[in-house]
Amino acid sequence: MHIIDRRLNPGGKSFANRQRFLRRARAQVRKAVREASSQRSIKDAGKGGEISIPAGGVHEPVLRRSSQGGVRDYVLPGNKKYIEGDGIPRPDQQGGQGSRASDSGEGEDEFRFALSDEEYLDLYLEDLELPDLAKRQVAGATSFQWRQAGYSVSGPPSRISVPRTLRHSMSRRIALKRPKAEEIAALRDEIEKLEREGGHFEELQKLRAELELRLTRSKRIPYIDPVDVRYRRLEANPKPIAKAVMFCLMDVSGSMNEHMKDLAKRFYSLLYLFLTRRYEHVDVVFIRHTHEASEVDEQTFFYSRETGGTVVSTALFKMMDIVRARYPVSEWNIYAAQASDGDNTSSDNSVVLAQLTDVILPVCQYYAYVEVGMEDDDVHPGGAEPSTNLWRAYKRLPPGQPFAMRKVRHRRDIYPVFRELFARRPEGVAGDVA
Amino acid sequence: MSVVQDPKLLFSGPDWDFELIQRVHEACGEIGIKEMGLDPYPNQIEVITVEQMLDAYASTGMPLFYRHWSFGKEFARNEALYRKGYQGLAYEIVINSNPCIVYIMEENSATMQTLVIAHAGYGHSHFFKNNYVFKQWTDADGILDYLDFARSFIAKCEDRYGQEEVERVLDAAHALQSHGVHRYPRKRMPDLRSEQKREEERRRHGEQLFNDLWRTVPQGKRKRSSDEDARRKALLGLPEENLLYFIEKTAPRLAGWQRELLRIVRLINQYFYPQRQTKVMNEGCATFTHHRIMNRLHEKGQISDGSFLEFIHSHTSVVLQPGFDDRRYSGINPYALGFAMCCDIERVCTNPTDEDREWMGDIAGNGDPYGTLREVWANYRDESFISQFLSPRVIRDFGLFRVVDDEDEEEMNVAAIHDERGYRKIKRALSKHYDIAYRDPDIQIVDVDLAGDRKLILQHRVMDGITLEETDADKVLQHVADLWGYDVKLIEADDDGTLRAEHNASPRRPFM
Repeated sequence: MHIIDRRLNPGGKSFANRQRFLRRARAQVRKAVREASSQRSIKDAGKGGEISIPAGGVHEPVLRRSSQGGVRDYVLPGNKKYIEGDGIPRPDQQGGQGSRASDSGEGEDEFRFALSDEEYLDLYLEDLELPDLAKRQVAGATSFQWRQAGYSVSGPPSRISVPRTLRHSMSRRIALKRPKAEEIAALRDEIEKLEREGGHFEELQKLRAELELRLTRSKRIPYIDPVDVRYRRLEANPKPIAKAVMFCLMDVSGSMNEHMKDLAKRFYSLLYLFLTRRYEHVDVVFIRHTHEASEVDEQTFFYSRETGGTVVSTALFKMMDIVRARYPVSEWNIYAAQASDGDNTSSDNSVVLAQLTDVILPVCQYYAYVEVGMEDDDVHPGGAEPSTNLWRAYKRLPPGQPFAMRKVRHRRDIYPVFRELFARRPEGVAGDVA
Repeated sequence: MSVVQDPKLLFSGPDWDFELIQRVHEACGEIGIKEMGLDPYPNQIEVITVEQMLDAYASTGMPLFYRHWSFGKEFARNEALYRKGYQGLAYEIVINSNPCIVYIMEENSATMQTLVIAHAGYGHSHFFKNNYVFKQWTDADGILDYLDFARSFIAKCEDRYGQEEVERVLDAAHALQSHGVHRYPRKRMPDLRSEQKREEERRRHGEQLFNDLWRTVPQGKRKRSSDEDARRKALLGLPEENLLYFIEKTAPRLAGWQRELLRIVRLINQYFYPQRQTKVMNEGCATFTHHRIMNRLHEKGQISDGSFLEFIHSHTSVVLQPGFDDRRYSGINPYALGFAMCCDIERVCTNPTDEDREWMGDIAGNGDPYGTLREVWANYRDESFISQFLSPRVIRDFGLFRVVDDEDEEEMNVAAIHDERGYRKIKRALSKHYDIAYRDPDIQIVDVDLAGDRKLILQHRVMDGITLEETDADKVLQHVADLWGYDVKLIEADDDGTLRAEHNASPRRPFM
């Protein structure tokens, strides 16, 4: 008998099969992921988990007999009261025998399985990329790359440079005239020869003194001295990274009802997820506003309530204040996403426009505006656009700016809009006016 | 109070190590081989983790298998069920190979490892080596080599023709695999290893002989004989129930590698065919063996009372047979039925009643239970096993009864119960349920018009008025049409010729 311990074998034997399965069911899995995400709470938006896809797409048909009709014959265990000739009414749904047949059936049956976090997010965020991540700037102290840079006289033993050390050792030995091993050997041979042949005593004496001298010298001058040792030196080079800050602006005033807030929240949570996942050095700043704006943390941003009027420009000013204070334009890529129901105090519109065109858009990499609406708002046939206060104002922005706006009415719209706003786009085009 | 270690004990406590496995294996062999006269393959015990067990589940238990998305699906399903706790994992998986590979889980306690070694390493292994169906149909020496060949061949095809092309063929082959076995021995026994060698030789030979000139030689018209029809069918070997075999050999438009894929699926499926025929016996043999070995170990003082209780707990849940009205009921438990029947045979051999003498006169009271059981395990399969050895006693113990459900009747009818009149009926009905030829629909290729439009005609012999599941049948037929390259028709007819249904399919995109 042999015992083999297979526990240490590399796992993931089924990985290739799983990939094939996901590729096969890709369209359905992607759809399921999007549907699942619209029903999840914000916090879970990024987690993997169980999804179900229609069994039809991954169904493996076989030739088998139908589960209905004909004359059927069962042998069952556990008879307690029946005697021959008894009648038993048919169970409503095909009873115990039928259940096995039906799980491989058709249509409404679902195939449930779990996706890992990675797989889930990959499908969720497929081919999205933050637009125009342009400025590369050497960041603070966080990221370094170690590079070989010359030699040093100190370091760990593992980094000793043998060729360099020996080169130093050799030059020192030559300079200090350390006798070579073969010279000493030759001298010894000669002395031996003379002794055997009974040569001149004086010559012998001279040679012995010579040998003595050389032996002492070779003892005094070591083959490798600590001063010879060189270490390969590493230098920490700061790695150039792209830093970005994303401003999330949201209207939380009274005109925004629960549904709208929910839509906005979902948009941001997607955004947040996307950013924290795809870019390591991304700061996210949450600014909410009514008639005045304040910077808040994520929790407050998403979950606390506030009432008041609506002055959009306050948020824009606040944003620029924060940019000036903390995010120098030369170092940071600045992105902003604004969600609102489109209400604004009329007198404020011109201020908003001025602030956008003159101050924000020039320093911004990208500015996205999402207008949230009620589910039962009129649909505008023929592509006519909504005409809220803010929408009309933004409409007046000159084209060619890194600015985009979209309207969202239903949860299921959010993901497509998000994709559209941040879809990978061809070089050069940063954004457009919808 | 200090616990005094009994020197005879194989182990104490739940922990195990490799030395202990070795000891247990020897102790089990002492009983299994010397007392029960079992003749298993040498064992190769492999310790695996949960994840590896799930992997093994996905590839039908085999240590290596070719790649296909359906195994990924199987893995995803099992993983989801397991993670949620809907489904436990088996304690072991055993592979019919020589040496017999027994997978054991690292989480099992020492008692469970003992049970598993007795169950798989002696029970199943003996059955695999000695049962006639396995001897006839499988090649335990060659299977792992063949799987290795299959895996690398399919991987090469994927590299060369693309994953999707290979997947199309495999999907079609998988859809037909239940109808890709030879049920009767043919002239030559399949020996997987030489098959593999022959396949390579065949290919080399074809390459050597290839001469493009032959293509240009004009061919004279063939003579047509008057009974062309009968002759053609005879030449094609029609009717043929092994659909995959027929397609592999005669489909006009398949490339060589595609035929080889069909062949791989077919041969692997043929290898599993005996297991489908001997589920009850195989589990009965293994369960009976582990039950006996564990009991003897306990009697000999080699396992402690605690271990024995742990074993009894696990054993009883394995052989539990819930009644038909129980929520847990999902068909007859092959472990329960097999174990009960093996125990019953032992009882009949050693301590028969008058009833037993009447029903099983040839073995009643022969005083050699192990010899009789070995004989039974070697020479029967489920269907014949049940029709020979299902005694009235077991029928009574299980409370078996037969129900007939005729769609024309108002109610289902209890046709037989466990009484004098019912025993034989129940025995016959149950044995029929384990007859694969009865369980799988009888579908044959009956005709093909090679000279004309090349339409392939299949026929389903409808039994008891039960037709095929329609949507599935259409899908499978679509696969057949794709493989065949021309139109395909499936006729469902009763024995008296009444047409029940007809399915048609045309190839979507022929294989080239």
